[in-house]
Amino acid sequence: MSDYRVLPGPEHFLPPAAASMGIRLPNPGEAHINGVITSEDKAYEEAARQFLMAKVPTIFPGPLVLWAWNEKAAKKATAVRHLFNTLKECVQSGQKPMLIPMPDYRPKYPKINPEVEINPNHPNLTIWHNKIDCCMFIGVHCHQANLSLKIIRGGTSCYTIAMCAQAGHEDAMLSFRDASVEKLMKLADTIKRLKGTVQPRLTSAKNGVSS
Amino acid sequence: MSKERIQISEALYDIMPSDYQDLVKSATYGKEDRGWKDIGTSKELIEQHSLCAGCPESMAFRYILASLPNPEDTVMVGSTGCTSLVFPMVAVHNIHSLFGNQNAIASGLKRALSVRFPGRVKDVVVLAGDGATVDIGLDMTLQAWFRQEKFTTICFDNELYANTGGQESGLMQKGFVAKMAPVGKLFDKVRLPEIARESGCHYVVNCTVSKPSLVEKVIRNAVHVAREIGPTYLQLYTPCILEIGKNSMEGLQEMRDSEKPTERFAYKEYISEPAKQLLAELAAKDKERKAAAKQLAGQASA
Ligand SMILES: Cc1ncc(C[n+]2csc(CCOP(=O)(O)OP(=O)(O)O)c2C)c(N)n1
Ligand code: SF4
Ligand SMILES: [Mg+2]
Repeated sequence: MSDYRVLPGPEHFLPPAAASMGIRLPNPGEAHINGVITSEDKAYEEAARQFLMAKVPTIFPGPLVLWAWNEKAAKKATAVRHLFNTLKECVQSGQKPMLIPMPDYRPKYPKINPEVEINPNHPNLTIWHNKIDCCMFIGVHCHQANLSLKIIRGGTSCYTIAMCAQAGHEDAMLSFRDASVEKLMKLADTIKRLKGTVQPRLTSAKNGVSS
Repeated sequence: MSKERIQISEALYDIMPSDYQDLVKSATYGKEDRGWKDIGTSKELIEQHSLCAGCPESMAFRYILASLPNPEDTVMVGSTGCTSLVFPMVAVHNIHSLFGNQNAIASGLKRALSVRFPGRVKDVVVLAGDGATVDIGLDMTLQAWFRQEKFTTICFDNELYANTGGQESGLMQKGFVAKMAPVGKLFDKVRLPEIARESGCHYVVNCTVSKPSLVEKVIRNAVHVAREIGPTYLQLYTPCILEIGKNSMEGLQEMRDSEKPTERFAYKEYISEPAKQLLAELAAKDKERKAAAKQLAGQASA
């Protein structure tokens, strides 16, 4: 097994693809944390802990949930909203959860407002502007998610979580696979359960993101 | 072909930037008779553009996007050049190809789309500069036509390589001196519309973009003919005002001057026999549809 660990950056300008460092994807029922395969249950706990610890925990919903392609997508969007609402209810004062869309993958030069939307070509801008120290991707096509996750790992110290609908993302620090409404609800429940048990990093110098 | 497919998930509607909400609320996806007249009253499929102020390419873009008959099921293929600066702002699926490769990419794309979506009309439209179409990409351009690939090729002819500062292109006029071509062009402008016809294109037009209604007509024709019959080619004069030393307001006049009957962009059109037949059928259907709509409106107001 590889010694490489997928950790918050800034790693450097061009971080290696985690796959090229020997990180493999979880099998069904599993997840990974920092590139180490683990049980899904452990991943729920760790993701909830990271969210509750963060100063600006943020969910980035992508096109696959923002757009109502079909009934399943619309249901997932509702679950994403529920997760965000739960997060809002469970954080302490001083923490600022955010929900920032990735409506499509256009860089939208020169018009994009990185404060209110994110694109995979410059995700670091959105993270720097909003001082995001923990984020979760959901509903972003694999290739664009990998690109974004690598840029974030390269240029920021943000902790990345992927709620992936396929086989998981090795370039995130924590990744679920086979994302579903049930899994989103379970993550929300875990956050609720851990409410008040995790100390937010509000004053630590480590929470800032590089800019 | 319907606007119903382009909907934002209700639970996340409020976080979508307003330009997306506007696209869903008031863009003309799915509108059968969409056209240039929608500009100003509905949401355009182009946000801001990053071309030079007054660049005629920006007018051409707006008219073309307003006129595509089926934007929600269209994929545009672009190439490097000034046009490629606009695509990041366009709300139609698009692919940026390696400079010159656009017609090869479009060939594969069109074939893949017909396999993947057999029951659905999917249009492919290439939009590239003259350098991409006629010089570096000429091989790909011609081979796609020889093979009768069913997509439209649009060339924004500004008669030079604008994006890299004014080098000589095959479509530059003889004798023209540009910033990076100081000797002056020694050869004639390549006769690409004629070559397109001889290479198997079924609908070919050479014109300027001074008249939006004309752009609308030729775009619709070109896309419909490509969909049903075979390759089509539009060569549109979009002068590079920066390189020919004009002000922002002078692009339109430059186009008007260049489309006079004896000038190089006098309207020129070639339509193959099968394409003529198709266009006649479409025109008849359109007439019928409009008459029926008029009758219905009359009944409703009576
Ligand atoms: C393979 C390759 N060769 C060369 C270039 C450099 N290049 C960028 S834009 C451009 C000129 C584009 O000219 P044209 O196709 O006429 O488009 P315009 O900018 O005039 O609209 C060139 C040569 C490139 N990007 N890629
Ligand atoms: S350089 Fe010329 S073609 Fe390019 S945007 Fe400016 S005016 Fe238009
Ligand atoms: Mg050019």
